[in-house]
Amino acid sequence: MSDLITSKQNNTNDTQKKHTRRKFLGLAAGATGATLIAPGIFLNHVQAKPDADPANKNVRWGMLIDTNKCKTGCDDCVTACAEENGWANQTGPDEVKVQWFRKVDLVGKKTGREVSLPLGCQHCEKPPCVDVCPTGASFKRDDGIVLVDKHICIGCRYCMMACPYKARSFVHSPVENHDDYMPRGMGTVESCTFCVHLIDKDKSPACVSACKEKAILFGDLNDKNGAIAKRISQIASRQIRADLRTEPGIYFQGL
Amino acid sequence: MIGLCHSVKAGFSALFSIKLALFTFAAYTMFVAPVFADIPMPDVPKAKGEQCVEPTAFMRRNHMDILTHQRDETLRKGIRTKKHSLQGCLDCHAVFIEPTANEQKVVVTIKSEKHFCNSCHIYAAVKIDCFDCHNSKPFVKKQPRHVALKNGPDN
Repeated sequence: MSDLITSKQNNTNDTQKKHTRRKFLGLAAGATGATLIAPGIFLNHVQAKPDADPANKNVRWGMLIDTNKCKTGCDDCVTACAEENGWANQTGPDEVKVQWFRKVDLVGKKTGREVSLPLGCQHCEKPPCVDVCPTGASFKRDDGIVLVDKHICIGCRYCMMACPYKARSFVHSPVENHDDYMPRGMGTVESCTFCVHLIDKDKSPACVSACKEKAILFGDLNDKNGAIAKRISQIASRQIRADLRTEPGIYFQGL
Repeated sequence: MIGLCHSVKAGFSALFSIKLALFTFAAYTMFVAPVFADIPMPDVPKAKGEQCVEPTAFMRRNHMDILTHQRDETLRKGIRTKKHSLQGCLDCHAVFIEPTANEQKVVVTIKSEKHFCNSCHIYAAVKIDCFDCHNSKPFVKKQPRHVALKNGPDN
């Protein structure tokens, strides 16, 4: 990434978009229909985790983001994340708005090549945010998802400083109209959860479902027969700042 | 010296007895004694169904421990059983207020004194933080918005 500079970071909190979420979900559903053999039955369907079972230690959730498909100016994934996790429609100055997921546009200094990609928590195997947390609120689940336990988070924001990806946000103002599935509150730090509440119910994260271009491939990196592990073994991909050896769970193609 | 020890011990046990007596009295007035007609009692709303997930007396004493245990199981381990979940409480213990004609019944939030949790917690002057982050109403069934997780090539 040495030849790339961050040119701008789109303000992703602008939720007043022309295209509605319903419209693009309809498109996504249409495209997904190709793999349906009958309504509601998927090929290669993974068995849902039973509610009583803990997260599977043998699973390592990850993503492969194809930057060739990701469109500049499109932030469907960000909007979907905001709606799913209840951080849409924030008021107040931009500096204090939370941002779990954002689009970043990169331009090559010498080549002039433009790349657009979504960036959020990289769900590192060795997460620096977990290392620095003084209360143990920042933790990694057995299946590799890095989360904040907001019950014991004291809002010190060490993790925000430790994160090389600027992935975490602090909630500055009281939260109204709480989402059923994603509790959020003032005085705590939060970030992408890989939509853990959906994964546990055998569904894809909101951003994956929302991407019209199908630029995000989500799955178990440890499953050698799974789509994501196969793709990673075949194509050239990279993790951002792999030199830090945090072993991110998010891979980028064409970066 | 031995005498002193005895008197200290005796002091402690006297203090303990007083505490025990006070505690017993408090528990008595809270849960047993509608006989004291002039003592205001918490007006606990009736919930859905016949029986709570545990015996009522046990829930009164231990609901906070159950919830704390469940939150750690769910968040940190990913165990999502419904029996002891906070949303389970809210689903059964929802309190509805009946607005004036032609409007539908409205479920109260934690801002209302009539909320199930508030009915005791205001009485006992114990502040709860749960709803700074959590929703305080029953689950609203969302439209399915997400494709199922799968290992297909198009995912």
